[in-house]
Amino acid sequence: MKGPTPEVAAGEILLAAEAVTLAFGGVKALTDVSFDIRKGEIRAIIGPNGAGKTSMLNVINGFYQPQKGRITFKGVTRNEMRPHEAAAGGIARTFQNVALFKSMTTLDNIMAGRTLKMRRNLVWQLLRFGPAMQEEVEHRRKVEEIIDFLEIEHIRRVPVGRLPYGLQKRVELGRALAMEPDLLLLDEPMAGMNMEEKEDMCRFVLDVNNHYGTTIALIEHDMGVVMDLAERVVVLDYGRKIADATPNDVKRDQNVIAAYLGVAH
Amino acid sequence: MNLLYKIFLDPFVQMAAAPDLLAQTLWEGLVAGMLYALIALGFVLIFKASGVFNFAQGIMVVFAALTLVGFYELLRRLGVGPAGLAAYVALGLAVLVMLALAWGVERLVLRPLVNQPDIILFMATFGLTYFLIGFGELVFGGDPKIMIANELNLPRGALDLKILGGLVSLQKIDIAAALIASIMVAVLAVFFSKTRIGRALRAVADSHKAALSVGISLEQIWVIVWFASGLVALVTGIMWGARSEVSFALQIIALRALPVLILGGFTSIPGAIVGGLIVGIGEKLGEFYWGPLFGSGIESWLSYFIALTFLLFRPQGLFGEKIIERV
Repeated sequence: MKGPTPEVAAGEILLAAEAVTLAFGGVKALTDVSFDIRKGEIRAIIGPNGAGKTSMLNVINGFYQPQKGRITFKGVTRNEMRPHEAAAGGIARTFQNVALFKSMTTLDNIMAGRTLKMRRNLVWQLLRFGPAMQEEVEHRRKVEEIIDFLEIEHIRRVPVGRLPYGLQKRVELGRALAMEPDLLLLDEPMAGMNMEEKEDMCRFVLDVNNHYGTTIALIEHDMGVVMDLAERVVVLDYGRKIADATPNDVKRDQNVIAAYLGVAH
Repeated sequence: MNLLYKIFLDPFVQMAAAPDLLAQTLWEGLVAGMLYALIALGFVLIFKASGVFNFAQGIMVVFAALTLVGFYELLRRLGVGPAGLAAYVALGLAVLVMLALAWGVERLVLRPLVNQPDIILFMATFGLTYFLIGFGELVFGGDPKIMIANELNLPRGALDLKILGGLVSLQKIDIAAALIASIMVAVLAVFFSKTRIGRALRAVADSHKAALSVGISLEQIWVIVWFASGLVALVTGIMWGARSEVSFALQIIALRALPVLILGGFTSIPGAIVGGLIVGIGEKLGEFYWGPLFGSGIESWLSYFIALTFLLFRPQGLFGEKIIERV
């Protein structure tokens, strides 16, 4: 996926999943799921527990290879893609249960997000000299910008294992932003947060979308949050897509209500 | 009282009385320490990049040394050039074999175990150990071999210094070993802390999936780190092999590196070298000055005693990262 990839104009389809089917042995995690993500939008994926939401994200960024179906990203269709290739192609993500480099500082964690952007060769880096030094300084500037943006200056030098959960989630978002992704996948970014932290996180997500124009796909349980953020919502249940519409329409959809609340027999 | 005097005072009186002997002992401790540090370094490299204690490090040292000598013998039998040329060709081939080993380990052992608990990876290194023992015996036979130190142009003989009112004798090969070990440690330390790949290595040790998500290729990182540790094993094999012989018994020196690791901390490259020096010097001083008091076995337990004492005060080792866990 390295090298020039075609640019996608705002509003056009950035990523399309077509008839994706994923199974683990006899257990079907996803069945025939199709949807698309348009450039510049905030797209939500919702559904009850075990609906296959995280599996869908894992397929998009290459952790899982679907048995059937195709993923088209930036106009390129691929059959199999490794996670680091997805990252190189411009897909960044966060995890449901924060996955950070716990013994490293906030600064180093976010710097790690710049891994793919570093181009200078090893010898220069070893010598801390010349172009490599310039490059390091440039990356640091970008990282400091992100730290500023997420309001985490005070914890720059703290090993992230020591931080409270809410801040860890923010550092994780920072690391994903450091990749300057075209598509940002957020797996339950507000899970386990209190009201105030949730509001902060919502603000950051909206700001990222507005400021950097980053396309965002997020999984979220809190319907209020989804209503505030997303323009379009995909609803999954037992691995199948049961609705795909605006938040308001989804809320009135009979299938969705049945999936969440159960139906009278 | 007499015993206390013998333990706490008499050795120091002896040290002061014959400074040349003390210098000789310290030098031998320094060299032993450097060699311990080399072994410890192999462990630290893999621990840093995968959070796994590589049980196979000891056998990798033996395997690397056997490969070198094996290739040399083969080349000589095929009638390749002068001994020196054959030795360097064999060295090049041994490096390639270590690269192939790193690649094989990544492909066949580590890749199927991505995202598994550390203990699973640890157990896999046991399997690797027995595979290498069996494979090594199959290919090279079980007989001890002589390290080709002369053919590799490693310096021979001794350097005699007339200082401190006596004679201090430094083996030239020891000087070379100390130099090479220091250079390797310095390069690796900078590599780990200052380069993009170094940062990626630490990231992989902390979380596989997070590393993957920022675009770090686990395959590449693991091949690099196992190759680096294979090179360290090769150098260790040459240096240790030159002092005794190359046989499967050599793998127990890996156990001698354990107290070094405990002292230095499993994650620190400078720690490996400082730990190695403390253990090496402590061992030689203990053997020479306190040995007569306790009997001659002191060398085999003193290093563990030193390590345990340090462990009481710094459980993470001298240079290890402080273990932080949110409750």
